[in-house]
Amino acid sequence: MSNPLADMEKPDVIFAIGTNMTECHPVAATRLKRALRNGAKMIVADPRKIPLAEMAHLYLPLRVGTDVALLLGMAHVIARDGLIDREFIDARTADFDAFVEHVKQFTPEWSESICGVPAADIEKAAHWYGKAERGAIYYTLGITEHICGVDNVQSLCNLVLMTGNIGKEGTGINPMRGQNNIQGAGDAGALPNNYVGFQPVTDPENQAKFEKAYGAKVDLEKGITKVRALERAAEGEMKAMMIAGENTVVTDPDRKHCEHALENLDHLVVIDLFRTETAEFADVVLPATSWGETDGVYSNTERRVQRVRAAVKPQGQAKPEWWIISEIAKRAGIAGFDHFESAKDVFNELCSLSATYKGLDWDLIDKGEYHWPVPEKGHPGEPILHSKEFKNGRGLFRVIGYRDPAEVVSEDFPVWLTTGRRLQNYHSRTMTGRAAGIDYLQPEEFLEVHPDNVSAWGLTDGGWCRMSSPRGAVEIKVKATATSPRGTVFCSFGFNNVPINNLTGSGYDPVTETAELKVCPVKLEPIAAPSA
Amino acid sequence: MTETQTAPTNPAETSTTINLDGVDVPFQEGETIYEISERHRKEVPTLCYDDRLEAFGSCRLCVVEVEGLRNPVASCTTKATEGMVVRTKTEPIEKHRKTLMELVVSENTGGEKRNGQIDVDPLRGLKSQELSLLADRYDVDGTRFAGKTSGTTNIQDDNPFILRDYDKCISCYRCVRVCAEREGDYAISVMNRGFHTQITTEFENDLKDSACTFCGQCVQTCPTGALADKKAMRDVDTPGEIQKTRSICPYCGVGCSVDILSKGEKIVGIHPAMDGPANVGALCIKGQYAFDFVQHPDRLKTPLVRKDGQLVEASWDEALDRAAAGFVKAKKDHGRHSVYAIASGRAPHESSYTLQKFIRAGFATNHVDNCSRA
Repeated sequence: MSNPLADMEKPDVIFAIGTNMTECHPVAATRLKRALRNGAKMIVADPRKIPLAEMAHLYLPLRVGTDVALLLGMAHVIARDGLIDREFIDARTADFDAFVEHVKQFTPEWSESICGVPAADIEKAAHWYGKAERGAIYYTLGITEHICGVDNVQSLCNLVLMTGNIGKEGTGINPMRGQNNIQGAGDAGALPNNYVGFQPVTDPENQAKFEKAYGAKVDLEKGITKVRALERAAEGEMKAMMIAGENTVVTDPDRKHCEHALENLDHLVVIDLFRTETAEFADVVLPATSWGETDGVYSNTERRVQRVRAAVKPQGQAKPEWWIISEIAKRAGIAGFDHFESAKDVFNELCSLSATYKGLDWDLIDKGEYHWPVPEKGHPGEPILHSKEFKNGRGLFRVIGYRDPAEVVSEDFPVWLTTGRRLQNYHSRTMTGRAAGIDYLQPEEFLEVHPDNVSAWGLTDGGWCRMSSPRGAVEIKVKATATSPRGTVFCSFGFNNVPINNLTGSGYDPVTETAELKVCPVKLEPIAAPSA
Repeated sequence: MTETQTAPTNPAETSTTINLDGVDVPFQEGETIYEISERHRKEVPTLCYDDRLEAFGSCRLCVVEVEGLRNPVASCTTKATEGMVVRTKTEPIEKHRKTLMELVVSENTGGEKRNGQIDVDPLRGLKSQELSLLADRYDVDGTRFAGKTSGTTNIQDDNPFILRDYDKCISCYRCVRVCAEREGDYAISVMNRGFHTQITTEFENDLKDSACTFCGQCVQTCPTGALADKKAMRDVDTPGEIQKTRSICPYCGVGCSVDILSKGEKIVGIHPAMDGPANVGALCIKGQYAFDFVQHPDRLKTPLVRKDGQLVEASWDEALDRAAAGFVKAKKDHGRHSVYAIASGRAPHESSYTLQKFIRAGFATNHVDNCSRA
């Protein structure tokens, strides 16, 4: 997030797009609710009438995968009606003229023809955001899990740059990170293109720095993403893999492909709390200590670096992951792991080599006061990014066009499926599925279908259907609800008995290689309830 | 007080003061007498007050004397003004508070002798001890005003998280207010008046059929334990003192601060951290109640290695050697780009950092990623 969570109570106009925040980030959503009580206006764009949409002053029910079309229409209106922040554009940005020329063609009527949102509402949204004193954008995976995820994010950036809604309290562009430490995994350098602190591996200076620090040769060539790695495994080129704490088989798109890739490896090491579906493919499974048993560090969605602490002894012989990986490294004859005797040792080495954590150490973050970047000791951190300049100088406008999703509805697969999470359960339920009481609220997965479609498609509320895509099929219970728009159905990927990712995997963003998990054309057929 | 309010200017730099128990103390415009008294540790008692909520002024325990006013005033709803002379703990005020406490306690459960006997297990909730501590402080029992009571325990709501033991309710409405003001959910409300007062949901439904999200905030603000954490109460009889360990919730990226409650080596519950910077005391159902995966019997207890097609238990030594050997062999036979590692978005930094170092320093490749792409 460019701005801290506390800022969520301060905008006068909120634009939430592709974020089911009351279910996926409930505590952050309470801050938006307080902003509404303070008089803020909220625009919500989402294909489903999620709880946030019910609270919105203006709801934009766009068709799945058409965010770029909606945002181009909004940019068109903001430019046409002179709602731009000229001073900010001149001082802080570049390539505005080409962008303005580009968006001239994308009228709200054109937008409506693609995304289905009435042109008048697109105008209204553009006017509200364009005239905001403090306009803030919030988004989640509804923006990024598309073949055009990068285009979606950059389209939002264009709106921000046009209106100068950045670098100030209560504004900004704010992705809500989905996992407790997904931010931290990137911060710590678990990326194919960056060392710790987002230092590019392709920079020879960084190569020299890390060869010295690690006492070993390091590569100047970018690594491949996980998606490509699984492809190479399936092709037989990738031979050995370590997976730490991820249930890849359940959470990744195109499950059959994924299972084939893991089967094809010569050597798979899985480190986890449980014997997951993924662990079943492993040659070696190593028991890790859990949250509550482990000392360490997380960074949250607002880049706040915080300590987690062990409250109880580990179960069985479980060990911290840093210890397990260090032991494997030592036994593989790799230098540089002998001095790690505690999580503190590891974190302090991380800080010493990171551009963004350089001014931090284990003791300094005891109270969780710092938002990175903290480039040197004594630096207070930056709760609000981009207040004076952008990281790379000027903010660049991007010329972006609309593209259809990788697969669109057809005669064979006439229904849009979109996937997500629910409030009570989390991811593949390895954790919430083992917490007492959660079943009381959600004992099983179900497919949300608009009531009109339920009858039109020969389904029954509470009955079952087979849902299939070109890649696979699942059997799932039907629930009639107007949360789903006509023609679009929804379910979560949490339940292993409804392996929805058998169906997904139609395409990937060409830049990030993030899967288009939010759009998958399917067909539905009524079936009898499965016995037992 | 939340961090969302503008940062307080140093009161010492302002010129306005009130006289608090004989001492001139500075204050900021808009501050209440209660807030100033808290800053000076006057221990003014309250029951309906939660500093995250708008002051309500219903319990009247926070009354103080203000010179020039005939009657005591509720300090939580009275703003300080220049030159005000305030006395927080005079004999008449303390007597008044004691009478109020006798009324409150008598109303609690049928006027039985209460003093020293209000036995509310701390596992019921974060603030569950407030009433019993005040009953001790004012040495009161429920006999003086024994008689009618309000609030009837809801026994039919069989949800696994929130006990609705309204016999203990004193109608402070903190639960109703936290649900409305902090959560914005408006799931519960007050029905009827006087001795018929009852906290309930729309149409008196179970919480499951209301707007309740089971965030547990009502439980954690309840000053009597009338609303109680059913999951934590499973361990009321587990031996050991309750230990608190400050940590961060393991679920989404908001990073809410929690205190993990444990007895011996068992995690028994979660308290939200009121001073948590990301959440300021708020939690959701997952952070509040979905903690017991940690000590679930399904946890892996030993390393496993595959032998004859089956995963079987192994020693750490054997498993680590085998884990390492597979990578060494892949590199030797197929080159440095034949190895890969995927880090977890769930594990701490130290896991991801060692993992990427293992790959980069060990194999001279950048074949490492985390699970954020799916």
